Amino acid sequence: MRPKTLFEKIWDRHVVVSQDDGNALIFIDLHLVHEVTSPQAFEGLRINNRQVRRPDLTFATMDHNVPTDNPFHVTDEIAGKQIETLAANCKDFGIELADLNSANQGIVHVIGPELGLTQPGKTIVCGDSHTSTHGAFGALAFGIGTSEVEHVLATQCLWQKRPKTCEVRLVGKRAPGVTAKDVILGVIAQNGIDFGTGHVVEFTGDAVRSMSMEERMTVCNMAIEGGARAGMVAPDEVTFAYLQGRERAPQGEQFDEAVTEWQALCSDEGAVYDKVVTFDVSLLDPQVTWGTNPGMGISVNGRVPDPDSFATETERRAARQALAYMGLEPGMPITDITVQNVFIGSCTNSRLEDLRAAAQVARGRKVAAGVRALVVPGSKQVKEQAEREGLDRVFLDAGFEWRATGCSMCLAMNPDFVPPGERCASTSNRNFEGRQGRAARTHLVSPAMAAAAAIAGHFVDVRELGREAAAASV
Amino acid sequence: MEPFVRLTGKVALMDRVNVDTDQIIPKQFLKRIERTGFGQYLFYDWRFREDGSVNEAFELNQPQSQGATILVAKHNFGCGSSREHAAWALGDYGFRVILAPSFADIFFNNCFKNGLLPITLPDRAIDHIFAQGARDSAFELTVDLEAQTVSDGALWQVGFEVDPRRRYNLLNGLDDIGITLQYEAEISAYEERRRTG
Repeated sequence: MRPKTLFEKIWDRHVVVSQDDGNALIFIDLHLVHEVTSPQAFEGLRINNRQVRRPDLTFATMDHNVPTDNPFHVTDEIAGKQIETLAANCKDFGIELADLNSANQGIVHVIGPELGLTQPGKTIVCGDSHTSTHGAFGALAFGIGTSEVEHVLATQCLWQKRPKTCEVRLVGKRAPGVTAKDVILGVIAQNGIDFGTGHVVEFTGDAVRSMSMEERMTVCNMAIEGGARAGMVAPDEVTFAYLQGRERAPQGEQFDEAVTEWQALCSDEGAVYDKVVTFDVSLLDPQVTWGTNPGMGISVNGRVPDPDSFATETERRAARQALAYMGLEPGMPITDITVQNVFIGSCTNSRLEDLRAAAQVARGRKVAAGVRALVVPGSKQVKEQAEREGLDRVFLDAGFEWRATGCSMCLAMNPDFVPPGERCASTSNRNFEGRQGRAARTHLVSPAMAAAAAIAGHFVDVRELGREAAAASV
Repeated sequence: MEPFVRLTGKVALMDRVNVDTDQIIPKQFLKRIERTGFGQYLFYDWRFREDGSVNEAFELNQPQSQGATILVAKHNFGCGSSREHAAWALGDYGFRVILAPSFADIFFNNCFKNGLLPITLPDRAIDHIFAQGARDSAFELTVDLEAQTVSDGALWQVGFEVDPRRRYNLLNGLDDIGITLQYEAEISAYEERRRTG
């Protein structure tokens, strides 16, 4: 038999109808729904008198709009209406909803894995581009628009043209202080923000095998920032250990049976990808983005690039526009860039390990004067566990704000935004113009680097911060 | 969905790469629960200054762009967020066609669901359109989905590729769900196989 990639195995298993023109109707195993991209889909069902075909495969939560100071006090009337609309839609169509009262509420891409809804081999969609996160479990997971949300609600299927495959081979061993976030920022800086367009990316190699599930989620989460349709990692013992005992994962004997099935979910020896990219993580420093897309990243020990150093006129112009927006000068050391805001959160970096890494930096230190620093846990479960570990105290003692869960300042749809012209060291995934607020300047970093920036008031190699402190205590 | 067969219209030129959906429709406008009325917010932070006044320097505010139904841009148009509001805003503003050398996947998909035709053209063709547009502010193009051509009505014409299924649906204004529901038996059989298998 011809060797198959992980993607092909999952795809082939989900084809309901195959057409000669390369299109296939594929079955969806899990449909995650949130308040912002679903109202028009439910409206469409109502207009056409259609039902939700498989409410049992559909799960909803509210995350994008939710205030994180007091989630029950929605000051924005239109946002409030959207939240209420989701609750009404879930009730009318029989869909399970983790609402603001639920102990399971949180960012949709945090709670799916946390509850064990996300499993190897599943096809997973959500009206959100960061659905790629779930691929960390060896699922085929991708973001869709609202029309497709409606389509999945009505039919539990989607028409898809079979995407191409791309292997991103992560080789080498990360230096201490270099995180999964730095790895994916490095991959995108090297290959561009559209290297994955039309492709499903599978991350392979020792450097991904040695990552925890949460680290793999960070990597797959940002596969979309490289343009990929989806990101994936073949499941292994790390995956199975993560899922065992999770509320919605198979239990007991059924779990063992599932593991046997999941073990077959890997790319076969000799399987051919349409494209292969190799990235050596051993040479990587902690990364900081300097521009207005996630590919504009560089080592924290580097300097703001000179637009004239880029190869094409289009790139040179894009770099000039980015520097003008960001208020940066070519040649400026990254560590000279001061920040006024720090955001630790988002579907990229709001899980327990992220908060632990940030807390380790914050412990016993103080946020610099003039810096506002927010920590927004990805889910209620994350928040509660962090509080059991005393991380909330560490952050609060250091002068960080400890917030309720939600998407928050990643896209600033709720009241958490960066004021015009100010900078933010952010653990989120997009540094587009205006993303965190009009004229806001976003620099993407890892949780440890964000915490270090909060303490120093400017970007600093988190490894240096450790050394400074060690030197001071001698 | 409104069918798309062919269209002759004015061209708006946007000489930018990596135009992301956060720019096409900023997040503060995603809170509405309707599908319509997003055109007024299209490219909001670029069209309007912070005080709400019109930013004349922005491409779509220039006189030659007024009434344009065809938007021409550079590589990786529509990258970022999956928000279909981006397609709704472009359509509601008056665009029916977007021409670029490449598009981001989710945005590209979303366009077809809303009677908006995204066409991938070679760099050479896009450069030609930019050059023509710079010379003639009343420049028009004809986009023919049936014949799969873009032409300037005189000497210049270029063909384009489009997925046959998407082409058919767009030509006929067909909604995907209606078509898929005709496969009810296949979907049920698949579900049954998975249950027992």
